[in-house]
Amino acid sequence: MNVIETTKLFKTYSQGDIQVNALNDVSINFEQGEFTAIVGPSGSGKTTFLNAIGGLDTPDSGKVIINNTDITQLKSNQLIDFRLRNIGFVFQAYNLIPVLTAKENVEFIMLMQGETAKSRKSRTEELLNAVGLKEQINRKPGQLSGGQQQRVAVARALASKPQFVLADEPTANLDSTSTSNLLDIMFRLNQEEKMTFIFSTHDQRVIDRAKRIITLEDGKVISDVIQ
Amino acid sequence: MKTVFKIAWRNVWRNKLRSLTVILSMILGLWSGLFTVSMMLGLNDQRMDSAIDSYLSHIQIHHPSFTENYDLEHTISDYDSLSFFLKEEKSVKSFSSRTIISAMASTAHGSAGVRLIGIDPEVEKEITTVHKSMVKGTYFNSIKSKPAIIGKKLAVKLKLDLKKKIYLTFVDTDGNQQRIKLKIEGVFKTASSLFDRTNIYMKQQDLQKILHNSSAVHEIGIICKNLDVVDNTVDSINSKFKKNKAESWSKIAPELGYAQEIMGSVIYIFMGIILIALSFGIINTMLMAVLERKKELGMLMSVGLNKRKVFYMIVFETIFISLVAAPIGILLSYLLISYFGIHGIDLSVVGEGLEEFGIGTRIYTKLSLNNYWNISILTLIVTFLSSLIPARRALKLNPAEAVRAL
Repeated sequence: MNVIETTKLFKTYSQGDIQVNALNDVSINFEQGEFTAIVGPSGSGKTTFLNAIGGLDTPDSGKVIINNTDITQLKSNQLIDFRLRNIGFVFQAYNLIPVLTAKENVEFIMLMQGETAKSRKSRTEELLNAVGLKEQINRKPGQLSGGQQQRVAVARALASKPQFVLADEPTANLDSTSTSNLLDIMFRLNQEEKMTFIFSTHDQRVIDRAKRIITLEDGKVISDVIQ
Repeated sequence: MKTVFKIAWRNVWRNKLRSLTVILSMILGLWSGLFTVSMMLGLNDQRMDSAIDSYLSHIQIHHPSFTENYDLEHTISDYDSLSFFLKEEKSVKSFSSRTIISAMASTAHGSAGVRLIGIDPEVEKEITTVHKSMVKGTYFNSIKSKPAIIGKKLAVKLKLDLKKKIYLTFVDTDGNQQRIKLKIEGVFKTASSLFDRTNIYMKQQDLQKILHNSSAVHEIGIICKNLDVVDNTVDSINSKFKKNKAESWSKIAPELGYAQEIMGSVIYIFMGIILIALSFGIINTMLMAVLERKKELGMLMSVGLNKRKVFYMIVFETIFISLVAAPIGILLSYLLISYFGIHGIDLSVVGEGLEEFGIGTRIYTKLSLNNYWNISILTLIVTFLSSLIPARRALKLNPAEAVRAL
């Protein structure tokens, strides 16, 4: 069953006088439980593609269908609500809310979803436990290492029980031990909870663990392999 | 919304130095602004009180034409029934009749145009404070034959001292020039140097004898129980004694009445200007905060914080800054204004200049609770308006830009 269906996505940027084809006729589908890496050189369109399927950016043409909804047709506020309920995000620079503790960062998404205090508490503990941060729940991002912050970010991404998680270069700022730990956690969540993960990455360690590798170049899909 | 509140409050303290700088500038702005305003109000009140106490009184009654040319024949009509009415009138605290002529005062050292005011010294004590303003000599209790008390400025100008003689020339009702001689018993100094330069007091019965008219009364000065009843008392007198004309202090000295009226608006104009200046600081700080947190705000929108909440977050953050600063600024102002409201500020270094404007050398600051309340609300309104620009800027952020920047 497809979680995401994309059809003929085109996106062009202007860089000065030059037109850059960030997405050029991209049509990719993702199934439930995939662990996919999107790879390619800088400027190949990885982030643009993630933005398009994450509802952060609208393609010039084409469709992105998630849960039978073409998100390219949604208005700004509808998109925000759609992202809140369907998509988890993990960013390269962690992007936690610096004034909130690890626990509050994870709870934040559920608060916006209107979850009860009881369910928020139990899910937050469960998620932070799952990412190995049971002892650090009351620490603020500034008091955590990069690897720990990224694990909080993963817990936050999963807090809303999303359809899938988009991770943009999630290991780019991490050392090898932290990368390995993070990948273990995400891989386990993928295996145990059938959570769909889609990464954009240059990191060979991530590519090695991915089940499917999609390579983009100049906005085009040049390979799509399952390993 | 509780979480948005929490984030906004914590965001205030993320960059403590910057937030404290804005808070401190607001405290200082409010403090200095309110203190200056309280001084202005104190000065104005003192000028008004000093004029009322020294010579104006709350109400004056004259013949309708008397103040046009100080004609001796324009005396008050129906004095006895008017006097009876004023004794019975509940809003009237006390009143004093005066006989007034314009004269030319002269000594061996010079001459000056003056107003010679005949008073009953004991009754006048209830109306004006001249008896308390004596700087030299006594107040009508040591010299028996035609004593006079004069203002210090006039004494200096005519080089007069105690027990010296002063000659006054005036034209009587028959058109004949009269010359009288008075002996200086005392010298007074009020807050108004203009008044001190142009007025001489003598006993009313002495002056009436000189005028050969024992019932000549040109002016009645009235002190009411309080300022609020002045206008009604004026109306009441005018309706019952149509041959005379009663006027309130604000009509007799319109510059004082006008100053009192506009002072109410000046406070808010002055504070408005200070707050607008402060609002530029707030806008600048909050815009910097928004631009610095561009990625974070983009992330919040990416993960599902809607634009309304992002907008509120910035508005709350700005309002929290003023909610910290305004109470401190207003409390400090209240303490300072209360202290100087009791002890006064000594401005004797510029005393002479102030006296020219009829103001004493010690200023008592003053600000009503209503003013504090209104300025607190004004501060919150200005802060809210200041928050709209950075909040609007935050709304314009595209969440994709934040993700792309990573």
